Amino acid sequence: MSQVVLDAKIPKGPIEDKWSNHKASVKLVNPANKRKYTIIVVGTGLAGASAAASLAELGYNVLNFCIQDSPRRAHSVAAQGGINAAKNYQNDGDSVFRLFHDTIKGGDYRAREANVYRLAELSLNIIDQAVAQGVPFAREYGGMLANRSFGGAQVSRTFYARGQTGQQLLLGAYSALMRQVAAGRVKLYARREMLDLVVIDGRARGIICRNLITGEIEAYAGDAVCLATGGYSTVYYLSTNAVNSNGTAAWRCFKKGAFFANPCFTQIHPTCLPETGSGQSKLTLMSESLRNDGRVWVPKKKGDTRPPHEIPEDERDYFLERRYPAFGNLVPRDIASRAAKAICDEGYGVGPTGRAVYLDFAEAINRLGIDVIRERYGNLFDMYREITGEDPYKTPMRIYPAPHYTMGGLWVDYNLMTTIPGLYALGEANFSDHGANRLGASALMQGLADGYFIIPVTIGDFLADHRPDGLSTDHPAFAQAIKDVEDQIKRLLSIKGKKTVREFHWELGRIMWDYVGMARNAQGLTKAISDIRALREEFWKNVKVVGENEDYNKSLEFAGRVADYLELGELMAMDALDREESCGGHFREEYQTPDGEALRRDDLFCHVSVWEHKGDIKDSVRHKEPLEFEYVKPTQRSYK
Amino acid sequence: MKFRLKIWRQAGPDQPGRFEEYTVDNISPDMSFLEMLDELNEELVRQDKDPIAFDSDCREGICGACGLMINGMAHGPKLGCTTCELRMREFPDGSLITVEPFRADAFPVIKDLVVDRSALDRIIAAGGYISVNTGSAPDANAIPIPKEIAEEAMDAAACIGCGACVAACPNASAALFTGAKISQLALLPQGHPERERRVISMVNQMDIEGFGNCSNHGECEAACPKGISIVNIARMRREYIRAVRTGGQVRASV
Repeated sequence: MSQVVLDAKIPKGPIEDKWSNHKASVKLVNPANKRKYTIIVVGTGLAGASAAASLAELGYNVLNFCIQDSPRRAHSVAAQGGINAAKNYQNDGDSVFRLFHDTIKGGDYRAREANVYRLAELSLNIIDQAVAQGVPFAREYGGMLANRSFGGAQVSRTFYARGQTGQQLLLGAYSALMRQVAAGRVKLYARREMLDLVVIDGRARGIICRNLITGEIEAYAGDAVCLATGGYSTVYYLSTNAVNSNGTAAWRCFKKGAFFANPCFTQIHPTCLPETGSGQSKLTLMSESLRNDGRVWVPKKKGDTRPPHEIPEDERDYFLERRYPAFGNLVPRDIASRAAKAICDEGYGVGPTGRAVYLDFAEAINRLGIDVIRERYGNLFDMYREITGEDPYKTPMRIYPAPHYTMGGLWVDYNLMTTIPGLYALGEANFSDHGANRLGASALMQGLADGYFIIPVTIGDFLADHRPDGLSTDHPAFAQAIKDVEDQIKRLLSIKGKKTVREFHWELGRIMWDYVGMARNAQGLTKAISDIRALREEFWKNVKVVGENEDYNKSLEFAGRVADYLELGELMAMDALDREESCGGHFREEYQTPDGEALRRDDLFCHVSVWEHKGDIKDSVRHKEPLEFEYVKPTQRSYK
Repeated sequence: MKFRLKIWRQAGPDQPGRFEEYTVDNISPDMSFLEMLDELNEELVRQDKDPIAFDSDCREGICGACGLMINGMAHGPKLGCTTCELRMREFPDGSLITVEPFRADAFPVIKDLVVDRSALDRIIAAGGYISVNTGSAPDANAIPIPKEIAEEAMDAAACIGCGACVAACPNASAALFTGAKISQLALLPQGHPERERRVISMVNQMDIEGFGNCSNHGECEAACPKGISIVNIARMRREYIRAVRTGGQVRASV
């Protein structure tokens, strides 16, 4: 189909030596020269903050941008359950190889071996770094670090800080960042939204931002750009992501020439609060760690409306334990989500909508006592009670899957560089490590590995060959990019249609959830593509955006994001249609085993699908990066 | 449910503000306070009116972006929750609800209910960190930390930086926010090498930003959605005295 060769630049040698060999062979920038380079980092979540801080520590000038009013609020803050590391502090047989193996298998054999091995290796350093920063991880009475288990693993390797692990790790990275801000090595630009990438002579040289307070369109020049802008789960409208999380920065880089990998690989998280009705702005996640002690069940009788405590033990179906005895309630997320959907589809769901299953702690409370449960999950139980008005210490939680994470993202090579030289993508914004399904407690690990340990090494290799040239924003490419951004804003404000931005977003979300959600088929995907196109056409004729550009204007901010989602959604559906197999979170109903598990087709689809922008979305071209497995042999995943 | 809302509107930092009244109807008791405002804003947009500006992001009580004075209480009448977690079932049907921004000299209004809380970032930049470069850390289990100490540090570290403590304080003091970070790092052995310079520098920054002094009202603790205790303010004071006695001021000014 195409002649483009995607070189992942994977170092030679045995897998356990690749990263150290690479570190030993990359080009270096002299310490005295580093301050002559300016690196733009977009985003201040785990990947962005850790990258900005670490690059500044090395001596580079860093410009760091975030859409929030403070870098500490980036959505990594909401990660609850924990972070994996192959420390083997529990003496339960863990190792770098086992974490690597679990992650490749968990991702259903659709991730790059070399990247994942490096991630497992770096997991060790991340915990050390975080502890040194003062991250208050949970500890045992002897003073040593505590661990818990997460889905898809049979060892306890998850480090945690109550149910606020993401917050604590982010505050660690944020503190390192603010130290560099105080030292003058990082210039922080809060309340800025990146709206375009500036490419000069085929190389990323700057960004265009909108100041979210004044509306001013600003230009910034640099020697490299690192995108750490997160994922695109809010394409579904209702998701566990923050309301300002969006795919715009990555999408605009795609339109400037960065290839987009596996857009259809999205994660629907099994343990979220069910939908309640109109006006809802998000779905709240209940950490996967709850599945350590909570048991998932539904009544054995269809449409049983008795309250849960009146349903006797032998009339309950603990369907995860029944279907997956080896992993039980701790199967990976894609499997748990699909099982919940299937059981509700069959009519066994509970709650007012019938789209929920119970997550029950009664047995754990009996076994361990209420105090232990409170210590482990207290804040999650409180959160549940705040939202639902029900007490999970007394009655089981009701949960249902919700969009949570996107494994797809900008294609990057082993150095985390996209197909645009000088443009890097870090954390959830790239596609690199999780294949078709991300294991719990691995997102924090990847964001921090990318930011603390990988980019500081790999970016030097590029910069050493690209001397600082004193580029300023006076270059005509910046004026052009500013004009493009301003034109789009003017266009959005001039339509003055009848339907609000939120109405369009909601409708798009319904299409995505119904046809590009937990189960997909060719007919539905084809319909999704035409429905999205029609909605996009209507958007540009009938959207209502109020106010003006020169103001704090949420209506305008969201209009730009939804406009991009109306394109990205189509590419997601195209990718899902193109991938005629089931793997991880991508479940094509046409391809399943007799007992309803995902059926991979390794002979045809053992590759990364990498999309190139060609004007209209429907003309996007799909390239392939073949995946080779030397160390973990692809098999049908079994958690039985 | 139906509510009357009296909401602070202010076009910009230098513009005069005023209350405006609105009515919302068909509100579900399960809706969060911000979802109720979303509904009102949708209606305002439909009528070509300027929607009410307010900050929010995670909508699950952890990012600290949201924060409104609701009926004179930071984050509203329910203890231990943020504005985004507050549900409409907490309010009597048909009641009048007054909504204002978090007010403090150090938190200038940007627009309507949006304030500038960057002063809190600058307090952290003044010393709310442990100076450890990436890559220089020893093994994570090299320093055992008693569980009780780790838990106490975590209690302090749970601060989400929303600024409710400042808004609730009659003096607009940031002592709880600052004390929480100082406590976390003073409790942990990793924080000890810099403890004197840290406390001096962060307390100085608090003054520079225009926050008031703490006079033990305890409103901050009551308003804190994360239950951060004023014990942390006492610890900050002990740290400060300790630092001054051991010459920390001299070192901090270097």
